[in-house]
Amino acid sequence: MGLRNRNKRRDIVSQTTLDNAFDRRTFTIGTAMGGLGVLLAARMGYIAIAENEKYELESESNRVNLSLIPPRRGWLLDRNGAPLASNRADFRVDIIPDRTPDPDRTVAVLTDILELDENQSADVLKRIEDSPGFQPVEVASGLKYDQFAAVSVRLPDLPGVVPQRGFSRFYPTGPSVGHLIGYVGPANAEEYEEQDRNPLLITPGYKIGKDALEQQFELDLRGIPGARRVEVTASGRIVRDLETREDVQGDPVRLTIDGPLQDYAARRIGLESGSCVVMDCETGDVLCMSSMPSFDPNSFSQGIGRVEYAMLRDDERVPLRNKVLKGLYPPGSTVKPMHCMAFLDAGVKPEETIVCGGGRRIGNRFFNCWSNHGSVDMAKAIYQSCDSYFYHFAQQVGFDHVAKWAHKMGLGEEFPLPVTSQFYGTVPDPAWKKKKFDQDWQPYDTVNSSIGQGYYLTSPLQLAVMSARLATGNRVMPRLRLTDEKPKFEHFDFSPEEIGYVRQAMSDTVNGPGTAGRARLPFDDILMAGKTGTAQVVSLSISNGKTGPWKYRDHGLFVFFAPFDKPKYAGAVVIEHGGGSGSAYPIARDVMTFMFDPAKGMEALRPLEEQWGGTAQERLNQKYRAYAAAAGEAVPPVPERDEDIFDQVEAEARVAARQPEAIAEEANPSRVDTRSAQEVSEDTNSARPTSPGSTPQATPADDPE
Amino acid sequence: MSGIVPDPIARQPWRMLFPLFVLIGFGALVLFSAAGGSWEPYASSHVIRFLVFLPMAFVISMFSRELAQFFAFPVYIVIIVMLMAVEAIGFVGGGSQRWLDLGFMQLQPSELMKPGLVLVLARFYANLPIGLIPTWRSVVPAAALIGAPVALVLLQPDLGTSLALAFGGAVVMFVAGLPLRWFLAAGAAAAVLAPIAFFFGLQPYQQRRVFTFLDPESDPLGDGYHITQSKIAIGSGGLSGKGFNEGSQSHLNYLPEPQTDFIFSTMAEEWGFIGGLVVIAAFAMILGWGLKTARESQDRFGKLLATGMTATIFFYVAINLMMVMGLAPVVGIPLPFMSHGGSSMMTNMICIGSLMMVARWNRRAPRTGLIS
Repeated sequence: MGLRNRNKRRDIVSQTTLDNAFDRRTFTIGTAMGGLGVLLAARMGYIAIAENEKYELESESNRVNLSLIPPRRGWLLDRNGAPLASNRADFRVDIIPDRTPDPDRTVAVLTDILELDENQSADVLKRIEDSPGFQPVEVASGLKYDQFAAVSVRLPDLPGVVPQRGFSRFYPTGPSVGHLIGYVGPANAEEYEEQDRNPLLITPGYKIGKDALEQQFELDLRGIPGARRVEVTASGRIVRDLETREDVQGDPVRLTIDGPLQDYAARRIGLESGSCVVMDCETGDVLCMSSMPSFDPNSFSQGIGRVEYAMLRDDERVPLRNKVLKGLYPPGSTVKPMHCMAFLDAGVKPEETIVCGGGRRIGNRFFNCWSNHGSVDMAKAIYQSCDSYFYHFAQQVGFDHVAKWAHKMGLGEEFPLPVTSQFYGTVPDPAWKKKKFDQDWQPYDTVNSSIGQGYYLTSPLQLAVMSARLATGNRVMPRLRLTDEKPKFEHFDFSPEEIGYVRQAMSDTVNGPGTAGRARLPFDDILMAGKTGTAQVVSLSISNGKTGPWKYRDHGLFVFFAPFDKPKYAGAVVIEHGGGSGSAYPIARDVMTFMFDPAKGMEALRPLEEQWGGTAQERLNQKYRAYAAAAGEAVPPVPERDEDIFDQVEAEARVAARQPEAIAEEANPSRVDTRSAQEVSEDTNSARPTSPGSTPQATPADDPE
Repeated sequence: MSGIVPDPIARQPWRMLFPLFVLIGFGALVLFSAAGGSWEPYASSHVIRFLVFLPMAFVISMFSRELAQFFAFPVYIVIIVMLMAVEAIGFVGGGSQRWLDLGFMQLQPSELMKPGLVLVLARFYANLPIGLIPTWRSVVPAAALIGAPVALVLLQPDLGTSLALAFGGAVVMFVAGLPLRWFLAAGAAAAVLAPIAFFFGLQPYQQRRVFTFLDPESDPLGDGYHITQSKIAIGSGGLSGKGFNEGSQSHLNYLPEPQTDFIFSTMAEEWGFIGGLVVIAAFAMILGWGLKTARESQDRFGKLLATGMTATIFFYVAINLMMVMGLAPVVGIPLPFMSHGGSSMMTNMICIGSLMMVARWNRRAPRTGLIS
């Protein structure tokens, strides 16, 4: 079979069969070639004609690059329209790590051009290392035009470097508003994902609110980005501009905060660690909520340096915590007037007296009072802060009832404020204790709680709210955003006489035979009412609370309102480890003095600041330099402040504004500023000689202990 | 041979030369645009190379059949030696190398091998006794002749060129009249071996190219970039293109290699579907003429030689066009007569010269000759 096949095949192959095969096969090949040609033509027709629209679009999206122009952020204004947070024009240089093949070299070149020091370039390299890569990292901002231009001309040698002309956030009063306002910073990868990968967030130079009000009002402040359509090459080089749409600045947010008061209170806290809240009793407007020590939000917004952050993080006075909202302290005696309201509500008559024999027996135990007060009625119990009275009546009406009133007065409550977080603390009562510790309420719990100790924990904001509610008898709600409408508050069921009685007793604390005589305001016609408080931090066996290690000293507290008979302002001051209420009420006194007479307030502050070594801002800068020097790092000198427009929210500005009418009109015709910085600086300079020039009446009687 | 046109001009194969000039001229225009609207550096050297290689093609066309046959094996051996030299230099230099630096140009021996292989195979089959065609003696030597250069080129590694060599060789074997069953069997074997070769024989980057070809959108910024951008260029051209020197894909560097491998995309973006049809039609005319020359040839050597040369040009054109339209993986094969590049121009002009040579033999042969 095989043999036959072979023979057969051999027979077939001849010149003719080969020629025929050749013809057939070349014909096949020719057909295949032609077929492929038709196929290619059809394919091309399909791509170029049927799918033309799609590919034209893709070609356009290749060619045209839409780059966003970050919108200018809306201003945060104080109640008078002066900026607490604003923007200033800024030349900046960014670097995009993904597009930089050799970051070390590039940063070295930039360091040279921009005259950065080693510390700063180390920071930049670290940030480049930490960044997700796609996101631009700021190398330096606040550059001079010359430096900006020098970088711009060297761009071909600096791949990934982006010089920008933009705006940077500016907080004129720096640390005074740090906790209140927060700061801004570039969005991180999580925020980018959360906000649906909004391309604006990764636009170089765009910063979002990172904390506090900046974060809360982010959407109001953001504005609408502008857009620049440019033709770009594949490598991203811009060939030409096509069209540009301007950005729309974000809306300003007007706060209830009184800028100068906020600054004053922050500065008046001085070297202490503490907080001060002042509210308007009629509207609930929070006029100031200062928490010190603080950080400079300008540093954060420019990308805080590693050394500066370490300094803040390692400080035992926790400058990174907003103590107004997140500091919790036993309220101590400051709750006593509020407890009296609870007693009144329970039917206790103000005239009812008990005898304080240096303490009082409750149940089968004797509890000490801090002094021997003899016969004590409600008024004396308040102004002399007699503990025995509260042991007795709290036991009599039951602490449940007292706790109910504590909540009504704002303790243990959260308020509808635009803040990132607030701690609500603890108002102890039997049900709470059972739930928390699975233990029954004991008489000694009532005793401890009745004088604001034990499990009681409150924030300074709550104390201020309590004070406002106590003073007015209204359920005053604090607010931070200014609106035109005047809020209506529910009135507690107290007679004017009852309210008047407590007001008088609290006024006597300050102006009468009470515990805070030195808190008297330096005015004849305005009397401040208040209540001191001291909260023990550790047991008396460890420290007496007044001296010794800072950590063991008592907290000093003071709640107040003024004028006492027609309360307009109410507030609270809490000084951590101040060694008693004596550290707190002088601050309240000076803050309220400043409220009614800025010049007098400044007179009190100036010598203190001289003694402390400058304003809060100056001290923070000094501290940073000292810290950096200790860490062996060089720190650039603090830049000069040359923008006087921002002085409007500094405490001094209020003094200038309250000069005699004629000058004041000239100096500051409107709180909403429409003038240029130049004009303002001329105006304020002409209006101010009285303040720094005149010799202040030094030495107020009570320097902080 | 009419009166007006002088005979030496009239007898030139204008059916092929005219589309060839169209392609060269059109290519020069596209290269002008690819350089951003400048004769330098691509368009001028493109034209100059053509003007150098066209006379070379005419010189080749003057060779007699005997001379061509005589030189087939020596030329083949010289190119094999050059391929080995490239291999050796690459080995010594510690990297892959494909060219020899001759001083005035960089010569890729693998390019020369394409016409060289066709020539030697045509020579081999032309002189093989007809009776041996269906036996192993027709296959084994040919397989060795093809296998040696393919193996050397694969070592470079240059998959595209080795495929081109194998394709040219296979076409010559096919038209030489080898039994069809062998091709079917070889095709079946290749179908079985291809996946194995793919997973064990290819470099990772080559495998990736194949995957990318199958799904270019999977990685539009990475490996799929070439294909995606090429399709965008062709697709955005539409019917009549964006206009000369107006292509954004090529001018803004989105299109990779706009002057070599992707010149068709560059052209299509600016000249549209119409430009594409012109190019395809021109190639169809050239290749059609090549096949016609082969079929009209009176002797076996000429037939095989002409078919092989036509197939070699065709392979370039087909693979390149399929690649730029997303029908084949990216394999780095330029488009004949349009792409910028000396080696490719040289190879294709040698093919053209050889075809013209066969065409000249055809004219001289007795019109009714039955025996070669």
